[in-house]
Amino acid sequence: MDRLVPTPSLGVIPERDSGKPLILDIHGLGIDFGGLHAVEDFTLLIGRTEIAGLIGPNGAGKTTVFNLITNVYQPTRGVILFDGIDTRGKRPDEVSRMGIARTFQNIRLFKDMTVLDNVLVGMHNQIPYSMLSAFLHLPSYHRKEKEAREKAMDLLGIFDMQHMAKWQAGSLPYGAQRRLEIVRALATDPKLLLLDEPAAGMNPAETAELMENIRNIRDRFQIAVLLIEHDMSLVMGICEGIAVLNYGKIIAKGSPEDIKNNPTVIEAYLGKQED
Amino acid sequence: MEQLKKKFHLGKTNREKIFTFGIVLLFFAVIEILRGTGNLSNLLKGQLVPICAYVVMALSLNLTVGILGELSLGHAGFVSVGAFTGIVTATLLKPVVPQTWLVLLISIVAGGLTAGIIGFLIGIPVLRLRGDYLAIVTLAFGEIVKSLITNLYIGVDAKGLHFSFINDNLNLLEGGKKIIAGPMGASGFPKISTFLAGILLILFVLYFLYRLLGSKMGRAIKAMRDNSIAAEAVGIHLTRFKLTAFTMSAFIAGMAGTLFALNFASLSATKFNVDMSILLLVFVVLGGLGNLRGSIIAAGVLTVLPEMLRSLRDYRMLAYSIVLIAIMLLTNNQRLMQWWTQTKKDAKKWFAKIRKAKDGGEA
Amino acid sequence: MSFLSHLINGISLGSIYAIIALGYTMVYGIAKMLNFAHGDVIMVGAYVCFFALNSFGLPPAVGIPLAMLVCTALGMLIERLAYKPLRAAPSLSVLITAIGVSYFLQNGAQLIWSTNPRVFPSVFENAAVNLFNGQLTISINTIVTIAACVVIMVGLTLFTGKTKMGKAMRACSEDKDAAILMGINVNRTISVTFAIGSALAAIAGVLLCSAYPLLKPTTGSMPGIKAFTAAVFGGIGSIPGAFLGGILLGIIEIFAKAYISTELSDAIVFLVLILVLLIKPTGLLGKKTVVKV
Repeated sequence: MDRLVPTPSLGVIPERDSGKPLILDIHGLGIDFGGLHAVEDFTLLIGRTEIAGLIGPNGAGKTTVFNLITNVYQPTRGVILFDGIDTRGKRPDEVSRMGIARTFQNIRLFKDMTVLDNVLVGMHNQIPYSMLSAFLHLPSYHRKEKEAREKAMDLLGIFDMQHMAKWQAGSLPYGAQRRLEIVRALATDPKLLLLDEPAAGMNPAETAELMENIRNIRDRFQIAVLLIEHDMSLVMGICEGIAVLNYGKIIAKGSPEDIKNNPTVIEAYLGKQED
Repeated sequence: MEQLKKKFHLGKTNREKIFTFGIVLLFFAVIEILRGTGNLSNLLKGQLVPICAYVVMALSLNLTVGILGELSLGHAGFVSVGAFTGIVTATLLKPVVPQTWLVLLISIVAGGLTAGIIGFLIGIPVLRLRGDYLAIVTLAFGEIVKSLITNLYIGVDAKGLHFSFINDNLNLLEGGKKIIAGPMGASGFPKISTFLAGILLILFVLYFLYRLLGSKMGRAIKAMRDNSIAAEAVGIHLTRFKLTAFTMSAFIAGMAGTLFALNFASLSATKFNVDMSILLLVFVVLGGLGNLRGSIIAAGVLTVLPEMLRSLRDYRMLAYSIVLIAIMLLTNNQRLMQWWTQTKKDAKKWFAKIRKAKDGGEA
Repeated sequence: MSFLSHLINGISLGSIYAIIALGYTMVYGIAKMLNFAHGDVIMVGAYVCFFALNSFGLPPAVGIPLAMLVCTALGMLIERLAYKPLRAAPSLSVLITAIGVSYFLQNGAQLIWSTNPRVFPSVFENAAVNLFNGQLTISINTIVTIAACVVIMVGLTLFTGKTKMGKAMRACSEDKDAAILMGINVNRTISVTFAIGSALAAIAGVLLCSAYPLLKPTTGSMPGIKAFTAAVFGGIGSIPGAFLGGILLGIIEIFAKAYISTELSDAIVFLVLILVLLIKPTGLLGKKTVVKV
């Protein structure tokens, strides 16, 4: 089981997380669609409270990596160890219960439900009452529902969204929908949060606020965050480690400084400079 | 005063629930008053139990189509299973249990349980299918049930229950009784369904569904309908909840089936055909997907409507189909719907204005 | 020998299912709707042909095209009045509308032509081909039915593959928005699809009633449902799928009747359908759809 031993060259992990078990240890991950290697030999380590970024040009396979981590797609090759446990063969809902939460690039809210209910659905597995007490409205039902609602409101408070609790999720403005997706993901009580383009469609002020929020979330819940983002100010601003994906392969890994000056990355984004 | 108001202030959902229960109770009261004063027409009298049964069937299908979001075209199959289970149970119990209401209760529960078990067994393989494919498989299921029960013979004699299939090989002893006679259907079973039982069943099912919807499970089911990928991503086990909802829906349909069956003197399995499944779907769609009160009203009105259209004689089913098409075209006409929401808004504003003026005047 | 005879009967019945299923599948492919009224268009076609032959004494060569013409017009009219306004509506609304149209046609037929069954005249020569010293008899009717199905199948394949309209149809069923961007008139394409499907329904109606000569206003519903099943069986939206599904369904039905039980033949047909869908959730030749996350 040599893959259980993290190789130092595979990634940068923040100082504070070293010595603790990794939250995510992906080794040699790959998936084929038809004959195409959509993702190949993807290897990544993430520390327990790290904020990591996954960047790359459009179509590089970033979202596919998220789908592989959450087992929406079953990988053709490779191993994913989440908190030391192999996730192979698990259903997406099982992966979620293990502690991986995600948001979606093309927002997937429960549009016909209220904002509060969206969060409560996220908390589903944390609300412990039996169906019997739900049908008979036993005291435990009322108590647990109340607790859940309070916690949901608390989570909405992260983005100052309490006043929207009764709104229909589909009627929210775009930015609020993205934030609600994050709250819903947090509601599952994750250890790893995957954010797929959280700043898409936001203006610079909103993006700056979001950066602050992501950092606060990490500090408050002591979780790891892996995010896909095109907004370089956000990525460079909050990510401690960055991996660059191109044509399904990692072409560079390192701290924001390393990535900024990496010629391969610049080439991938801007194309080869012809002298 | 302010505090009292707060204490009795009900949330929007609670008001809606009470309103829905109120409609059912009001219907019951009106019918009983009409009956008491001798103003209840025979036509309507004969329709009372079927109305209740159809309402329950519509509620049951609404759970599958409206709340769970899976199209079923074979719901009559579950109703049929419930109906014939109920018939057999009632026939067996009648001589042993003196209380008619108890016979009815046990039969209804038996009908529901059998249909629920069948729903569970069918649901395991079938619910993996999506949309139209699931629709056609449920349609096929309904046809299979119809065909199987049409070839089923059940009889009872001193030695107990006898079953036979396709051919009548019951060989009943002297004094034995045939309960289900293949294509001839069932006859000679106790006709014990009552309007009161029907209303109670509606109330029970309503209570059950509202409690379900108000629980974390109801939220999970609704979430699944809204966006199954997201639901799975937040840890909802799709198959389990789909199966649970589907089984519950079959259970309720089965209970409705028993209520329906025990209102007739005889019944054949061909009654529970595609047309019935489609009729139930029409109730649910016209009443509004996921809208329980809508289902109740649609099922009630549309069960009575063809009877009321009797004056149109031969044209009544034609009129019915035109009404159906017209409703669909009108409710999906965007310009019309926009106008309607705008009018509602305006009316609300207008009422608010009047109320304000009145309050101001009083102060 | 009886096996062979059952097989031929099965293919013949299956050919009728296939022709009806083609109408279902083409409409589904393009308009993404289950046209529940399709079975009733069959019935109308059969009635038109019946009256043309019986009341007006016209030859089949006139009666059949007349039925096709009437059904084509009817199909396009239904599409224009009932389905077109619902292009953007939820699919359940469209389904209910189709059911409404089906009720309308059935009850309209009942009013105009009454519920008394009519005996359909033999359209084709009442002769038969004897093979193997008379051990195997194949009626002209059977031969014509199978031949008609093959011709229609080949014709449709050529039409969708070679002609501009056919290509437009395929484009619309693939991606309606992209088709619009390419300058394809989607409304006209859908209209033509309904026209073709309804003309086929008329042919199916005549063939059906030639084989089973009792004509009633409800004549179309059960074959309609079975053909719909056949279309799903083969993979709805796929033309070869409808052909294959129809033929297989016919064979299964006749064999179930011959070797297992007449009473249970329908149950067996539907059971096979369920089993096939459980193994291949999109039918025999259906395309697997991938949900993009």
